[in-house]
Amino acid sequence: MEFSQEQLKGFYRTMYTIRSFEERVNDLFLAGEIPGFVHLYIGEEAVATGVMANLRKTDYITSTHRGHGHTIAKGADLKRMMAEIFGKRTGYCRGKGGSMHIADFSIGMLGANGVVGGGFNLAVGAALAARLMGTDQVAVCFFGDGASNRGTFHEGLNMAAVWKLPVVFVCENNQYASTTPYRTSTSVENIADRAIGYGIPGVVVNGNDVFAVYEAAQAAVERARSGGGPTLLEAKTYRIKGHFVGDPELYRTRQEVQEHLENDDPLKNFRQQVLGANRLTERELAEIEAQVREDIEAAVDFARKSPFPAPEELFEDLYVESGEAACGK
Amino acid sequence: MREITFAEATMEAMAEEMERDNRVFLMGEDIARQGGIFGQFKGLPQKFGFDRVRDTPISETAIVGAGVGAALAGMRPVVDMHFVDFITVAMDEVVNQMAKIRYMFGGQCKVPMVLRAPDGAARSAAAQHSQSLEAWFVHVPGLKVVIPSNPADAKGLLKAAIRDDNPVLYFENKDLFRMKGPVPDGEFLVPIGKAKVVREGRDVTIVSYSITLHKALKAAEKLAEEGIEAEVIDLRTIVPLDKETIFASVKKTKHLVIAHEATKNGGVGSEVAAVVAEEIIDYLDGPIKRVGAKFVPVPFSPALEPLMLPQVEDIIAAVKEIC
Ligand SMILES: Cc1ncc(C[n+]2csc(CCOP(=O)(O)OP(=O)(O)O)c2C)c(N)n1
Ligand SMILES: [Mg+2]
Repeated sequence: MEFSQEQLKGFYRTMYTIRSFEERVNDLFLAGEIPGFVHLYIGEEAVATGVMANLRKTDYITSTHRGHGHTIAKGADLKRMMAEIFGKRTGYCRGKGGSMHIADFSIGMLGANGVVGGGFNLAVGAALAARLMGTDQVAVCFFGDGASNRGTFHEGLNMAAVWKLPVVFVCENNQYASTTPYRTSTSVENIADRAIGYGIPGVVVNGNDVFAVYEAAQAAVERARSGGGPTLLEAKTYRIKGHFVGDPELYRTRQEVQEHLENDDPLKNFRQQVLGANRLTERELAEIEAQVREDIEAAVDFARKSPFPAPEELFEDLYVESGEAACGK
Repeated sequence: MREITFAEATMEAMAEEMERDNRVFLMGEDIARQGGIFGQFKGLPQKFGFDRVRDTPISETAIVGAGVGAALAGMRPVVDMHFVDFITVAMDEVVNQMAKIRYMFGGQCKVPMVLRAPDGAARSAAAQHSQSLEAWFVHVPGLKVVIPSNPADAKGLLKAAIRDDNPVLYFENKDLFRMKGPVPDGEFLVPIGKAKVVREGRDVTIVSYSITLHKALKAAEKLAEEGIEAEVIDLRTIVPLDKETIFASVKKTKHLVIAHEATKNGGVGSEVAAVVAEEIIDYLDGPIKRVGAKFVPVPFSPALEPLMLPQVEDIIAAVKEIC
């Protein structure tokens, strides 16, 4: 497949934004500036980037506890994201969600989810809504290898398949569910193999190669959009950081992580490919990096300077009080 | 006024709202081809098509989850749970998704969705098809909970629930589906959050709802023969609770009994009693009494089932203990 320079730059900008955003969040968390806990997406950037490059603003996604990458790739505002992670009132959720619950409904990002496997059926429902309203929107559900062992996975895939709904189920198989290695909890070699149980295509792709992800996602999204029904797309990737920031990582060796970092880092892979083929120059990449770093610093600055929610905001946003609902008051 | 059954009243509400707003659709198990286990959906797919009145796989989790997803994406789903007992299978979707999504995301979205759940013990359906679980949802911020006792409220509350922009749980007692009663013609809404004084009295307030309301009214009649005048309140909505109506009555009668079919322990009666005790205990001339089901699962045998459930006599006895 041929990619334009703009597309290539776009891929790198998104992947590099996710990487730097996450590195910054990591440091800020360790410095005690971020409350709660955070799950980083470092090492998995090519998946969100390659998939989202096929989506329109009006398409839907559902995300996970490890959701910053999806949110950035869908086009969210870094300032409002960072402010949310800080618990500030200028954040996407006015400080009520935090890292694990960022959403931006204006770009079809229906939310990260603190419940593993909580997003499958939300995506199925959004796709059902698209069907009932006669639009050609597509819903993409991101989920982990661990989530694929929840009943919601099986119910959601069956329902989407039997109703031929426009859903793409994207499994980010990062080899671990918290401390549990994938093969000790899962009966199949590939999660995509489970697609056969629902009569839909199951596709395995190298999740550390943004081009491969892009192509596989393109086919799945087109299939969904044109009425062909759902696809189960499994991206094999690797979680380079701990399950959460502060994870002692007793379940794997430093050496294992180091090998992935050296030999299969999606950003390195990308650089090698585009530089090797003379499609982009070091300088062009450096320009992108400089711009991204500036944007992220601006986001951190914005988050730091933003106010916390006021006490009276505690009770806001629970019920809709206006409009037709008023008849129920 | 014309009389129709509770089931017909809910059907009218569905049809009118689906007619009025094409974002409203209905899904659940065995609702389209069969018309619902209690006949409460008969004829709807013929009117609105099998897309908008959808039979689903037996996947309670997916049905409720997809309802939430569809609501987020602009639809107004009505989801039937078949039996309230099966809501357990979808508890994450109800409690962690449906109820919390709006708040957790800072008010960016809304979940205009109705979960309909037939409940109550009837004709030896035994432990897993007989429960009344409404009290669970009193404990979860973000939900509204309504529970009609008659055909008119069944219609008015269902229409109000469908038009509400918040997630609403709509509990409908299985034995009430056949009940006939007057229902106004045409547009008719019952506001969510408003209880109703269905019988006036000066000596004791009996707060009840759903099928037990009828037992409370029978108890009131018998008590009247003995000179005790009970005021009977039909809550109709349990979240948000209409404290105003309850308090006004209790301040007048100075005595309070709460009666419902759900297990007494941790039931809605506990909440009503607590609120009254907390805010207006000085008006009371005696202890508060709760009448509810015994603390056992619903038994199968016709010899046992009625023993487990609260009866008219239990309500009378509770009143006499404090009056
Ligand atoms: C229903 C549920 N069970 C357990 C958890 C705790 N938990 C949070 S993340 C996680 C691991 C998830 O693994 P996976 O789906 O592979 O996603 P990853 O973290 O690897 O991205 C667990 C067990 C949870 N949040 N929700
Ligand atoms: Mg994983």
